[in-house]
Amino acid sequence: MSLHFAGIDIGSRTVKAVVINENREIVVNLQSDTGFDPINEAKNIISSLTYDNIMATGYGRNLFKISFNTSTVTEIKAHAKGSRFFFPDALNILDIGGQDSKTIALFNNGKVKKFEMNDRCAAGTGKFLEIMAKTLGYNIEEFGLNALKAKNNLNISSMCTVFAESEVTSLIAKGENRQEIARALHNSIIPRVVSMIKRILYDGDIVFTGGVAKNPCISYMLQKKLNCHIIIPEDPQMIGALGAALLIAEMKNKK
Amino acid sequence: MDNNYNAMWEGLGLDLKAHDTLLNFIENTYKDVYFSQRNRPEGMSYFDFVISEAHGLRIKELLDEKKQGRKIIGSFCVFVPEEIILAANATLVGLCAGAEFAIEEVEKFLPRNTCSLIKSSFGFQLGKVCPYIESADMVIGENTCDGKKKAYEILKILMKNFYVMDMPQMKSEHGKSLLQIEYDHLKNVVEKLTDFSITAESLIQAIKTVNAKRSAIHRLSDLRRVNPAPISGLDALLINQISFYDSPSRFTESVNKICDELEKRVQQKNGVFSEQTPRILISGCPQSLPNWKLPFIVETSGAVIVGEESCVGERCIRNLTDESGQTVDEMMNFIVDRYFNIDCAIFTPNPNRVDHIQEMVELYNADGVIHYGLQFCHPYLIESIPIEKELEKNRIPCLRIETDYSIEDTGQLKTRVEAFIEQLK
Repeated sequence: MSLHFAGIDIGSRTVKAVVINENREIVVNLQSDTGFDPINEAKNIISSLTYDNIMATGYGRNLFKISFNTSTVTEIKAHAKGSRFFFPDALNILDIGGQDSKTIALFNNGKVKKFEMNDRCAAGTGKFLEIMAKTLGYNIEEFGLNALKAKNNLNISSMCTVFAESEVTSLIAKGENRQEIARALHNSIIPRVVSMIKRILYDGDIVFTGGVAKNPCISYMLQKKLNCHIIIPEDPQMIGALGAALLIAEMKNKK
Repeated sequence: MDNNYNAMWEGLGLDLKAHDTLLNFIENTYKDVYFSQRNRPEGMSYFDFVISEAHGLRIKELLDEKKQGRKIIGSFCVFVPEEIILAANATLVGLCAGAEFAIEEVEKFLPRNTCSLIKSSFGFQLGKVCPYIESADMVIGENTCDGKKKAYEILKILMKNFYVMDMPQMKSEHGKSLLQIEYDHLKNVVEKLTDFSITAESLIQAIKTVNAKRSAIHRLSDLRRVNPAPISGLDALLINQISFYDSPSRFTESVNKICDELEKRVQQKNGVFSEQTPRILISGCPQSLPNWKLPFIVETSGAVIVGEESCVGERCIRNLTDESGQTVDEMMNFIVDRYFNIDCAIFTPNPNRVDHIQEMVELYNADGVIHYGLQFCHPYLIESIPIEKELEKNRIPCLRIETDYSIEDTGQLKTRVEAFIEQLK
């Protein structure tokens, strides 16, 4: 019987699980909200999977390790591995998840050369966009699309979720156009991401992973600002879990 | 603590309740961090004991010294020359602290964006929890960074007998003359305090005592070059931290004793971690007692720390003072020579530091460097970027970390450190 390898990525907003077979084909790809009990959610997800070995990544990886006695890998290495699966020549990775963002530069052989992570707060991450979408009454799925439709540029000066929210409230009160406010919010996080990119990435194409990669306005703005090609995997949210599955498969095959 | 020191602490004016809170915190943290380590050298039991009695027996010893007429002097920096203090018949204790305390009180005096090290010193003073501060007959502040020198203006009001020593900022002839003038002046001030004039005999004795302490730590550092590492970075850091408080001669003896044990371990290839463990050099801001945050994260994430390019570490003990001086003046010159070499980031420019880091990487067979910067410590944080570039140019992986004494960023730090260790494998 063929062996199966699972990767689970316990993020701050969602839990992702991927199962691959010995031929490195993806056989399962699942996602669910983390909620307030990440370990229970992780348990639920893996109870529905069949696998021989599993590896955990994401901010909940060490909790998972304690409960399930599995090996772990950081999100950084997992995203590097997962991105290379779809884009074997990738050298630059940008990952923006629920509560953190990172840039990863790779060596030609795929090993991590250098990485940067955002500081403690959620400024410029998925959580920020989620709260702002809610403030403006958009679903997260339609938030980016509407921002792209804006005709004029407004300015939002604050990147802090709390301050930006009050800025948005006063813009709404002033009667500003909702799409334009949405656009301004997207725009406000770009400088921070760009500086993380410029600090360590090479010139050239960037693979964009994590939930925020699903937002078309962010990738459009980055592309315009950096004058490079932003490559987005078909399902950017599963890259970390896929990376973990690939890494555990490699580890077991070596033995 | 076994003995009841309450009367002693009360006599020093400590806030017993707050002090208990602090001691409990230290005791619990120590247990979690230190006693969870495997295969510790037996010689560490002396240092465990010193920690358990840091506010007890050691303070009693200092108070006994005071009864004999000896003075206790506190300092916040490795630029305060212990030789001069000892030669004038006084004892030097380090007052830098490594834990958040009485933060609401501190922020009545200091802006929020002050580094943890400075805030912590204020917290220990304002919270009345540090028996070293309360035992000191004089406290020496030094004009190193902007944060410290401005904070000393306030500390001078809060502490009795606070003396400020000026510091050069450039490694020029002018700079050296300033250090010389300041050391001469400090000598006069200390002599006045102790009512004892430094003699050639007392000074050479003091130089030898301090050199012996440094040489013992050099011996320890040399043993850390070996793979597998015979001692953890946490334990070695602890020894460096204790060097600021303990009786110098007893400390020297205990370090030499543990080195004898470590030499045997090295022969037997008995390490605290396996030979495959990635080896890390920590560089940057000091890690004062009880700040074990970063080394604990590193050594529970699958790497071992083999050196500290830091004030609590190599920056403090690097060079010996020349022992060939015959007169007090000659010896004072040698002391100035020795201290003027310290590569603190308050100096501009400060090219020796990056050279030292690279020397240490080679010497201690480190696979990578973690630059430890305290938030709002501009001298080290600004230096960390060119240092990182220079190291990476020479293919030495480097991770820059910016943190403080709080624990809220532990998860983030752990991810960074783990990812860095993965990078080294």
